[in-house]
Amino acid sequence: MDGFPILSLMMAVPMAGAIACLFAGANNARWIALIATLVDFVLGIVLWMNFDQGGLQWQFQEYAPIFGRFAWALGIDGIALMLIALTVFLMPICIGASWNAINKRVGEYMAAFLFMEVLMIGVFTAQDLYLFYIMFEAGLIPMYLIIGIWGGADRIYASYKFFLYTLFGSVLMLIAMMWMVHEAGSTEIPVLMAYNFDPHVQTWLFLAFFASFAVKMPMWPVHTWLPDAHVQAPTAGSVILAGVLLKMGGYGFIRFSLPMFPEASAQLAPMVWGLSMVAVVYTSLVALVQSDMKKLIAYSSVAHMAIVTIGLFAFNQAGIEGAMMVMLGHGLVAGALFLCVGVVYDRLHTREINRYGGLSINMPRYAVLFLFFTMASVGLPGTSNFVGEFLSLMGVYQASSWVALVCTTGIILGAAYMLYLYRRICYGDQVNADAAAMPDLSIREFWLMAPIAAVVLWMGVYPESFLAPMRADIRALEARLAPAAPAGDSNIKMGAPKPKSEGHHEEASAHGEAH
Amino acid sequence: MIDSASLLAVVPELILTVGGLALMLVAAFGGDGSARLVNWLSVIVLAIAGVSLSCSLVHGPDAFDGLYRADAFSAFAKALIYGAAAAAILLAPRFFSVGGVPRPEYPVLILFAAIGMGMMVSAGDMLTLYVGLEMNSLASYVLASFMRQDVRSSEAGLKYFVLGSLASGILLYGISLLYGFTGSTAFDGISVALGDGVSKGELFGLVFVLAGLAFKISAVPFHMWTPDVYEGAPTPVTTFFASAPKVAAIGLTVRVAIEALGPAGLDWQQIVIFVALASILFGAVAAIGQTNIKRLMAYSSINNVGFALIGLAAGTPAGAAATMSYMAIYVIMTIGGFACILQLRDADGKPVEEIARLAGLSQSRKGLAAALAIFMFSMAGIPPLFGFWAKFLVFDAAVASGLTALAAFGIAMSVIGAFYYLKIIKTIYFDEPVVAYEAKGGPVENIILTACAVVIVLGYLLNPMLDQASAAAAASLF
Repeated sequence: MDGFPILSLMMAVPMAGAIACLFAGANNARWIALIATLVDFVLGIVLWMNFDQGGLQWQFQEYAPIFGRFAWALGIDGIALMLIALTVFLMPICIGASWNAINKRVGEYMAAFLFMEVLMIGVFTAQDLYLFYIMFEAGLIPMYLIIGIWGGADRIYASYKFFLYTLFGSVLMLIAMMWMVHEAGSTEIPVLMAYNFDPHVQTWLFLAFFASFAVKMPMWPVHTWLPDAHVQAPTAGSVILAGVLLKMGGYGFIRFSLPMFPEASAQLAPMVWGLSMVAVVYTSLVALVQSDMKKLIAYSSVAHMAIVTIGLFAFNQAGIEGAMMVMLGHGLVAGALFLCVGVVYDRLHTREINRYGGLSINMPRYAVLFLFFTMASVGLPGTSNFVGEFLSLMGVYQASSWVALVCTTGIILGAAYMLYLYRRICYGDQVNADAAAMPDLSIREFWLMAPIAAVVLWMGVYPESFLAPMRADIRALEARLAPAAPAGDSNIKMGAPKPKSEGHHEEASAHGEAH
Repeated sequence: MIDSASLLAVVPELILTVGGLALMLVAAFGGDGSARLVNWLSVIVLAIAGVSLSCSLVHGPDAFDGLYRADAFSAFAKALIYGAAAAAILLAPRFFSVGGVPRPEYPVLILFAAIGMGMMVSAGDMLTLYVGLEMNSLASYVLASFMRQDVRSSEAGLKYFVLGSLASGILLYGISLLYGFTGSTAFDGISVALGDGVSKGELFGLVFVLAGLAFKISAVPFHMWTPDVYEGAPTPVTTFFASAPKVAAIGLTVRVAIEALGPAGLDWQQIVIFVALASILFGAVAAIGQTNIKRLMAYSSINNVGFALIGLAAGTPAGAAATMSYMAIYVIMTIGGFACILQLRDADGKPVEEIARLAGLSQSRKGLAAALAIFMFSMAGIPPLFGFWAKFLVFDAAVASGLTALAAFGIAMSVIGAFYYLKIIKTIYFDEPVVAYEAKGGPVENIILTACAVVIVLGYLLNPMLDQASAAAAASLF
């Protein structure tokens, strides 16, 4: 594989597909999109197979200085590899989910999705600061069109809100990037990751980047665009939004904020913790009272993303690994949950929870898969989210036991709103005749969700497959952060072994914190 | 004494002058029937003048004892001006043929305006500057009222004339003050005189000169004429106003600010920063409520001028280069945008100007809608379109010269501007159709449109070239 530009190829395939879709008829466009995304999926597998775990930090590097001030510089580490894998895995599913649901302007729709895939891969592979920014920002265009053209009744408001919110977040980051490039004299991300900026300036730079990533993530209180965007977007739009676009925020933190501004990260970590704690509790409670299925899952996404941020700002290996696992797991599970909503929405054209009920009677296969993803979302051991949430919370416990305490309630609240949702939709009496008459999953729908279920299970049972490629990178990040990492509040002093009373005391304090 | 080197330096202007006069005779004797011929010939004249730019560069920059400069900066600006003028000529015939016969005076007037603009960007002396400016303005006043039978057009011409004269008066007053206090009208002379500190009188002169120039570039607070003139003037003329004279006026402003007023940099920098931010903000906010697309483009041009001035505010060679690059990209977006607007005709061939009636354009004219969307996203500064790079360059220059707060503030306000561009995209893509559109556009319009769209999409590949050219242009000023 040496020297073969596989990353460029992975972007060229969907790009070519997108252009072809623009000129193709409806049915051809569907097939072109499916084939292009499947080819990219295969390329993604090839990429993973050829990734040298524990080898060089940056692999598959490409460099072509064709843009004057910045370059077409690509390259991935394990973290990027995992997110690319998530992207190429979800894309064919998105295309499949839109197969029948989208029947106006299909060519343009598929082109927008394929273009989106190009940009998502671009974000995760860019090794040039400005190239990253361009890819990061350009994603607004296809998503704006997807929400605005193919969205629900209130789509125009949602599309504006999505666009302007995220744009406003990002422009300040651009100014910070310019400053950094002038200071460090390089646009290359690996160089900047090792550059030590003046700690006083770091605070400003961190805040500028934070404005962008916090909106993208989204963190409380700038999350309000997300429920609107999710509710109005078509099913596949929600899947890609929850599955991959939100991960760009987390990726941004892990690639930029933490390694480039370690001192500022440590200094402002309490702010991030605070926002995350509010997000976990508040958005979980908000999710509990939603009557719209998509809105409920959207709020649950905000809560899950807050677990990601506390994991990242735990400044230790467990926390960051956990954050990555939550990102991957949530990408799959939230995507699958939106697919579940899409299945019933396609039949009844409403997202009102009350309009359903007792679906486990007439749609047993659907009920099983939905239950599985509900449990995964709750974080049941054996599913992907458990691994991530557990690691995240374990990591942050070392940094701040209070944060861990508050955020753990998210798991309980998560169980509450997800099970409550599931009960209202799948259990109980079949009060609505039209809902009771809905047919079970079609073969297409089943095969859209089954692969996700398999991977969720794989990730829960043997997470090592997914952790191994990232381990070295996260260790390097932890080493980079170590000098600045804030001292935890739960430092357990290894006292002199004065047997009985000491042991008793420690046990008591551990109890106190666990409550 | 006129030496041959000086004459060589003005070869482009000579070609345009001779060509323009000859074509005027053709127009006079050939009547309206010669319109097509004159159109094409004037484009060819512009092309030849463009090619001759390279030979004007050969003999050192100064001509006519410093009255005139044929340097890389003027060549860069003139290339843009000639290109925009040619596009404005090429886009016109179909528009005018709807309201009657195309008239051959139109391309001739544009040629004369182009001579004036060439002199503006080549001026090395306040008087050359003024002559060039007036030459451009006189042709422009006539062009604005070109549709004599249309009340809006006549109104636009009159408004433009009255306010333009006022601005010229302000500018002249400023020039006379500067002359009085520095003893020179030459840029070099003024610069030397300002070098030993800026006196009150000189400061007044500087403010008046900048006010006059701000009027010409339609920067806030001297922008009031722009929306009315843009709306009233025939659309091809609006295309012209929004592109070539903007480049000339910005080029002129940059040259005056740096070559003549350079030592007073700290004084004009405040003015430029204020004007830039005010233009960005006002251009963005006032555009939101507009219902006419030409009027919206007028506010958009005010907004864009504000961004271009941020490069000048930086006051560095990189800043001047960024401003000129901005104008290059802006011209391409504007020409492309207007090429789209010119194609917006309903089934009877009547131009459509209300934004609400653009609804659903994407369903009847896919390609046109896509192109318009590309230009709008690009104007909003969304990557990966080239309009982003224009904004990037000016903000980068501002950050490099320490104006980080200005850059942050300006870029934050660009988000407000994004809203109204999005509104157009929303109308053409999200709304249901209300008007039946003409089935397809003219071939020339389509070619220009496609060329502009391709540049806007793939522009980053031109970066090395643009960087080099604009850096050379800026270097000749310092």
